[in-house]
Amino acid sequence: MIELDNVSYGYGGGTLFSQLSLTLAAGSFHFLTGASGAGKTTLLRLCYADLRAVKGKVRIFGEDAGALDRDAVAMSRRRIGVVHQDCQFLDHLSIAENIALPLTVSGRARGTAGNLEELLNWVGLGAQANQRPPALSGGERQRAALARAVIVSPDVIIADEPTGNVDWEMSQRLLGLLIELNKLGKTILIATHDLAMIRAAKADVSARTLRLKDGQLFQAGAEL
Amino acid sequence: MNALFDLIVGNPQADRIVPQSGTTARLTVFVSGVMAFLAVIALAVSLTTNRVASLWAEELAQSATLRLPADPATADALLVSALDVLQTTPGISSVRALSQDEQQALLEPWFGPDLPLDALPMPQLIEIVANGEGYDVDGLRARLSAQVPGAILDDHEAWRAPLLDAARRVRLIGWSVIVLIGATVAAMITLAAQAALAANVQVIGVLRLVGAKDAYIARAFVRRFTLRAGGGAIAGAIIGVIVVLLMPQGDGSDSLMLGVGFEGAEWVWPLMIPFLAASVAFFATRSAAFRRLREQT
Repeated sequence: MIELDNVSYGYGGGTLFSQLSLTLAAGSFHFLTGASGAGKTTLLRLCYADLRAVKGKVRIFGEDAGALDRDAVAMSRRRIGVVHQDCQFLDHLSIAENIALPLTVSGRARGTAGNLEELLNWVGLGAQANQRPPALSGGERQRAALARAVIVSPDVIIADEPTGNVDWEMSQRLLGLLIELNKLGKTILIATHDLAMIRAAKADVSARTLRLKDGQLFQAGAEL
Repeated sequence: MNALFDLIVGNPQADRIVPQSGTTARLTVFVSGVMAFLAVIALAVSLTTNRVASLWAEELAQSATLRLPADPATADALLVSALDVLQTTPGISSVRALSQDEQQALLEPWFGPDLPLDALPMPQLIEIVANGEGYDVDGLRARLSAQVPGAILDDHEAWRAPLLDAARRVRLIGWSVIVLIGATVAAMITLAAQAALAANVQVIGVLRLVGAKDAYIARAFVRRFTLRAGGGAIAGAIIGVIVVLLMPQGDGSDSLMLGVGFEGAEWVWPLMIPFLAASVAFFATRSAAFRRLREQT
């Protein structure tokens, strides 16, 4: 699905990581951990072509991400659902319209009202469908972001600290949704500090945990 | 064709992805309306100048004056010879020797009504009117110099050339004003579109994240600004046409200001102004939007 081959990246002339390689196979489940500033978000952004590698190659669905034009990047993002920690929405639209946004921009919004309602109920936001995003709590926003990420049934779901702003109960609920998606064959990559969540997930799913440290990726140790 | 259909009909869902911006919208409509109004007035003045100048030039081109020497001893013989030459010249439809009263009337503005013309040696003037094909001016001059010594043919070229030149300049100024108005509309729409795009950085970011292509994002802005500029221009053009219609009308032959307006096919121009304004807005917004989107990841 997504492959990083000896990828280097840095900001302002510095090097954040170098010669880093990673393969996300179809149906795999990966956690990405590391200290703040280690480059987790940058690594995720490289995976959905929001950044371009300074060196090395990023292949997204077999295509060289560095060679994709802007339209091709947009098309590849329709196959990748992204959940950000800060969950940005269009505040002038309702939650239902925000969740349906990937369908709207790809011209597939018509005739999907039933699916949208089902999805809203799946993430527990059926009652909030017509509310505006600012009216939602942190947990509700995270679930809405997850619903938006999966509405087009993407092949890959990338989540950046999806449980960063929610309590334990809500984080378990979100994790449950992601595990459910993985069981449906979706490839999952989650960046998180939440080691308890990783431990909880390993009981239900075969997940690989990677640690980003000093610009290199390591297989996480036995403590997980 | 689909792009044009989308632009006119729109997509209610796609239109809503960009939030409304009240002040920018009202300013765009207002400025577009004012510019369309000015364009209609400039067009009316330019086209009327062109029409009146053409009328005057045509009248001057069709008439000429022959002046015979003021010599009482030879006046009658020269008049007979001159009329004979003129009447046998192809391309001349009529010739007429001006009477003494008519010549006095011509001099009256300069010398007053009491000038004793009988006591003065006055050159005889002959009015020549050409037919549609016209006559050979150089050939006529040659014949006159041989058969009517001292006769001077004035074909009004000395009057016509500066008149046509002045009309050409006024027309050029008129079109320059219209081009400037178009450039001002383009600049204003570009600024407004850039402001709208800058105010919607987060919206654009979200749209790109969910897989929106640049063309889709740009279309939301382009359609909005095109419709605003077109709507404002329709209102401005209608007001401009009403103002032109309310101006005093005349046949345009006596005073330039007594005929400002549109005639016949010229009415196409004020009708085109809203379309031109909308086109300018379309391309200005499209250019600004794609430039901005290329800058934003």
